[in-house]
Amino acid sequence: MATYSTNEFKNGLKFLMDGQPCSIVETTSVSPGKGQAFNRVRYRNLMTGRVLEKTFKSGEKVEAADVVDTDLQYLYTDGDFWHFMDPSTFDQYQAMEAAVADVTKWLIEQDMCTVTLFNGQPIAVTPPKQITLEVVDTDPGLKGDTAGTGGKPATLSTGAVVQVPLFVQIGEKVIVNTEKGEYLSRAK
Amino acid sequence: MNRDMLIKRSQLLQQLRAFFYAHSVIEVDTPMLSSAGVPDCHLHALTTQVQVSGQREPQTYYLQTSPEYPMKRLLCQGSGDIFYLGKVFRQDALSPRHQVEFVMLEWYRLGFSMFELMAEVATLVQQVLSVNSSPILTVEQISYQQAFVQHANIENIFTATAEQCQQCLATHGIAEIVGVDQNDKALWEQLVLTEVIEPNLGVQNGQPCLTFLYHYPASQAALAQVAANNPEVAERFELFVNGIELANGYHELADVQQYRARFEDSLRERKLLGYASIPLDENLLLALKQQPLPDCSGVALGVDRLFALQQGLDNIEKGIAFGLRKV
Repeated sequence: MATYSTNEFKNGLKFLMDGQPCSIVETTSVSPGKGQAFNRVRYRNLMTGRVLEKTFKSGEKVEAADVVDTDLQYLYTDGDFWHFMDPSTFDQYQAMEAAVADVTKWLIEQDMCTVTLFNGQPIAVTPPKQITLEVVDTDPGLKGDTAGTGGKPATLSTGAVVQVPLFVQIGEKVIVNTEKGEYLSRAK
Repeated sequence: MNRDMLIKRSQLLQQLRAFFYAHSVIEVDTPMLSSAGVPDCHLHALTTQVQVSGQREPQTYYLQTSPEYPMKRLLCQGSGDIFYLGKVFRQDALSPRHQVEFVMLEWYRLGFSMFELMAEVATLVQQVLSVNSSPILTVEQISYQQAFVQHANIENIFTATAEQCQQCLATHGIAEIVGVDQNDKALWEQLVLTEVIEPNLGVQNGQPCLTFLYHYPASQAALAQVAANNPEVAERFELFVNGIELANGYHELADVQQYRARFEDSLRERKLLGYASIPLDENLLLALKQQPLPDCSGVALGVDRLFALQQGLDNIEKGIAFGLRKV
């Protein structure tokens, strides 16, 4: 099993802690002039997203985690699993709800997503930064405001709800930022 | 580095030298390369290979981790008060407080007690940190033992157990420690010091101040004398400003036998920890044997840290032209 020693620690390094894949967020070395050196490490548990902190005695080792980010195409969901495919090898991957829970409202069939695999299993999915969706429901009554000073909620075809300018109507397509969940513009 | 910062750094070096010239302390520039090293197991020296005449293979030489040994040889030979201001090297991970190559100011004062030297360090550091007409920082002195009472709520650190230290870390919400033996009291004690106590040193009512921590345990004496009236403590001090260790000083050990004994303790500890052995500085031991070290106190001060504090930099690298950066 591959291991990393504390002197290999750097941001983004993937390692196993209590069997769970983690990624280093920040590492600081503490070396007193006349004492044992330590490494203060802040890291994210990639399964839960929680950021934790531990202090490692210098020279301690952690197990490397088999974590890779790969670009996969989203195919469909059967309600239990979300199915992805590698378009070059046609290998298929099933993601459980925990891996996609935060992003299901941004998943569009055929879109390419970045899928984080741990031991070959999807543990996190990042949709494209910008996607185009159709407005299926919004308050149609407000007209005449083209300056976009106000805003109103709109439900999109995936079920996502975003704030849109008053001039946006049902049936129009809009571009949204998936990281912030924000309306960017109308799609041509 | 911009010219403005270069000028400020240059002024600091000038100010430090002027301080010592004014006190008739002479500057010495000791060798950076030595065929012997410092046995202290927490000091990691860089090495290089040097082709010396009369030897077929290049020989291992150590880059100085401090100028202490050659300075002490000079003291034995009658140099009088001396200071060194220049580069030293320590192989430790880069951090906002550490560069592998850094500038050290080290000086020795004949006939000074530990407390007299602490007072001189305070005067110098106050001068340096009061530029830009900021107010003069206050000075406090606290013994190692008292610091554990005041900042860690440990009544007597000399008799406290490893478990008490672990409990203290837990009560103060310190992140879990990985890789330390449950019973390694010395290391748990160090962690209480660095994690719980040190962040409080050099800070008073939210303002920076100078805190001298003195009378370290005799087990951490390094090359300091053990206090005449208390064999539990060594006449060693450190200075902290804003939670940052700035200087480390001793009332210096004088006798050659004691030097050899401390060196051999360190070599044994190295062996125990599985570190490579290191040739002892026989030149120093010979100098001490011929003429014991005159009664003196000495201190080493990190100049890059001092400059960062003076300029309000959060990383010493920002005050150094072409410092090393993390990749």
